[in-house]
Amino acid sequence: MNHTRRNFLKFAGLTAAGLCVAGSGSVLAASGAGSSVKEGEKAVRAKRWAMVIDTKKCGTKEAIDALAKACHAAHNVPDIPGKQNVKWIWAAGFEEAFDQPNNYMDESLEKRQFATLCNHCTNAPCVRVCPTQATYKRPDGIVAMDYHRCIGCRYCMAGCPFGARSFNFMEPRLHLDLAKLNKEFPTRMRGVVEKCNFCVERLAQGKQPACVEASQGALAFGDLTDANSEVRKLLREHYTIRRKPSLGTEPSVYYII
Amino acid sequence: MKLYNGGKIITGLVIFLGIFLAPFAYNAGKAAYSQPKLKMPENEKECIESKEFMRTKHMQLLNDWRDWALRDGKRVYVNSKGKEFEMSLQKTCMKCHTNKAEFCDKCHTDAAVSPYCWDCHIQPEGLKK
Amino acid sequence: MLEKALKGTPRYYLWIGFLLVLIGGASGAYVMQLMQGLTITGMSRDVSWGFYIAQFTYLVGVAASGVMIVLPYYFHNYKKFKDLVIFGEFMAIAAVIMCLGFIVVDIGQPQRMLNVLLFPTPNSILFWDMVVLNGYLILNVLVGWTCLECDRQHLPHPKWSKVLAYVSIIWAFSIHTVTAFLYQGLPGRNYWLTAILAARFLASAFCSGPAILLLVILLTEKLTTFKANVEGIATLAKIITYAMCVNVFFFLLEVFTAFYSGIPGHMHSLVYLFKGIHGHAELVPFMWTAAALGLGSLALLIPPKLRDNMKLLPWSLAILVIATWIDKGLGLLIGGFNPNPFEQIAPYWPTGKELLISLMIYGTGALVVTILFKVATEVKKEIGASQKPVVEAE
Repeated sequence: MNHTRRNFLKFAGLTAAGLCVAGSGSVLAASGAGSSVKEGEKAVRAKRWAMVIDTKKCGTKEAIDALAKACHAAHNVPDIPGKQNVKWIWAAGFEEAFDQPNNYMDESLEKRQFATLCNHCTNAPCVRVCPTQATYKRPDGIVAMDYHRCIGCRYCMAGCPFGARSFNFMEPRLHLDLAKLNKEFPTRMRGVVEKCNFCVERLAQGKQPACVEASQGALAFGDLTDANSEVRKLLREHYTIRRKPSLGTEPSVYYII
Repeated sequence: MKLYNGGKIITGLVIFLGIFLAPFAYNAGKAAYSQPKLKMPENEKECIESKEFMRTKHMQLLNDWRDWALRDGKRVYVNSKGKEFEMSLQKTCMKCHTNKAEFCDKCHTDAAVSPYCWDCHIQPEGLKK
Repeated sequence: MLEKALKGTPRYYLWIGFLLVLIGGASGAYVMQLMQGLTITGMSRDVSWGFYIAQFTYLVGVAASGVMIVLPYYFHNYKKFKDLVIFGEFMAIAAVIMCLGFIVVDIGQPQRMLNVLLFPTPNSILFWDMVVLNGYLILNVLVGWTCLECDRQHLPHPKWSKVLAYVSIIWAFSIHTVTAFLYQGLPGRNYWLTAILAARFLASAFCSGPAILLLVILLTEKLTTFKANVEGIATLAKIITYAMCVNVFFFLLEVFTAFYSGIPGHMHSLVYLFKGIHGHAELVPFMWTAAALGLGSLALLIPPKLRDNMKLLPWSLAILVIATWIDKGLGLLIGGFNPNPFEQIAPYWPTGKELLISLMIYGTGALVVTILFKVATEVKKEIGASQKPVVEAE
């Protein structure tokens, strides 16, 4: 072999690379000594979760604010004044929420407020555009967020046609009452996007979503694929609309008008 | 052989050695490093896995729990002895290790490690304003 | 060859020093952003992308524009562009570096940037944008540096550099198309949801990018011994003119579809930008200025006598750059997010800190351009290519 500087560098480089590969091999090996994982027994399961909101029963700002209070308390959602706010569920008027402009609406509909939240679309644009799969679709239809992986690029916010997502522009704990936090659920950090998660952590305990529980029967939550579920029953018996259906996102939140 | 620029080289070497050996000089005469005394849970003697496993692999375990619970929707962990736990930092780990400052932080501070778990997860002793 | 950037005139050192001070000072604002979060910007829940992403979009266009010189030279052997090619490639490098810089300052968790690589997501256009931008950077660095080095050694360019140059031509079209795809596939944003957006982006890129390049080359001529081929400059000006005509034409196509169909979703963003809605008319003066300057630049570029007037050309190019920048750097983002999904207007304006951080990135780009152009002009001086004629003393 030629004892030139070039050959020495080639040899040294290959050796270093080889040592790195050998070292990392052992790190990638086994994790967890003989264990397994499974779902909890109390967990409620569905093939496709959906929500039906009876807007006649829950159609005022006060009623919807009560839902928001329950949701935001359960999930440590900060209360930020101004335009960099964070909200998971809130009240909106008919013109704002739906794409059916009507210049002569009936009076009750004109005054009514509608609970708006993430629609957990079947064909969600936010899932399609997320570059890290921090936003992803669970097999049960819920569009979930992994805050550990989110890089805060906000592409999902641009992609959502419903304005359902909020970004943590600042540290959320600055706008939370630290004495009244729900200790069973984390906060988020600044720099990640968040939205309604259909209370996956409560579903895993066999409970209903916080807003459904607080709605005193105005909101129904269940499995769309189960013909006997409460949501299917309501959908059979009442006229319902969804937000912006022409966009093809297939929202899972139905409104009884 | 003549050492060109010898004055500058020797001076530079002395300064470098001074800076490099400064931490050792600072610690000269002090007691040797002792492992921190962790506050162990009162009611529970067995953790998720053995002490040796947790010492070396708790980071990996927490990462796995995070992905299983959040991304896969499987929230129950069956450990090597067959005991079941809910995979949750706040609801399981911190139910026994009730004080982050007296347990987690003790080793983390010594090792100069600051995991970002606590940017979101709430420590059991609560947050100060 | 980088050592050529280390020695220069006092004015050169002054300029480099000024840029370093600018970048260092402005980075204080970035440190504040790292500590406090993006709350220091003017962005909001409704306008979640703002000045940073707008600059990124404009600069991807500038980066793609190098192809307007590379394509005629490599595909059609247009020899008059021979000495301009390296400047196109070097400008592209600086532009891509600025693009990447603007993306980094915009994301909320920059330390997790590598997640895009660790968890590749082919269905996300942002993933592909990262791929094509970095690929384009590598292509330009490889081809530009190698060819310049070969010129310096009086060697022929290696065959692989020609292959990669051909690839970079196709790639240049792709980087701006992919960036347009970021916008034009989003179902909720009517201003962006149009097939012609990619074509508009390319047309705007191919006039504004070469215009900026031409301005920098004219400046380089003033500051160094480099003299660009006069016919090459004239051809580049012609290309810019045609591209600007297409750019304006495409915009008018959008206006027709929006207002002849009368569909509110199509019209609303344009009405907000040019007339104002619900009393919000913040962008109206800017958009009409852009329209006036854009048409004005065409009036000064289309007549050959005016286009060839080298005293007038820099001004025509400057107002073209301003017009296209307002359209892409302000109108596109703010108009795209307004009205919001609830048909409300959410005004946006960048904050001072946001502008300072942008200045930091622009300063970095200027530094890269300065260093690379210095290297290129020094090499050309060394080999005696495209130099100003030496005036013999009487």
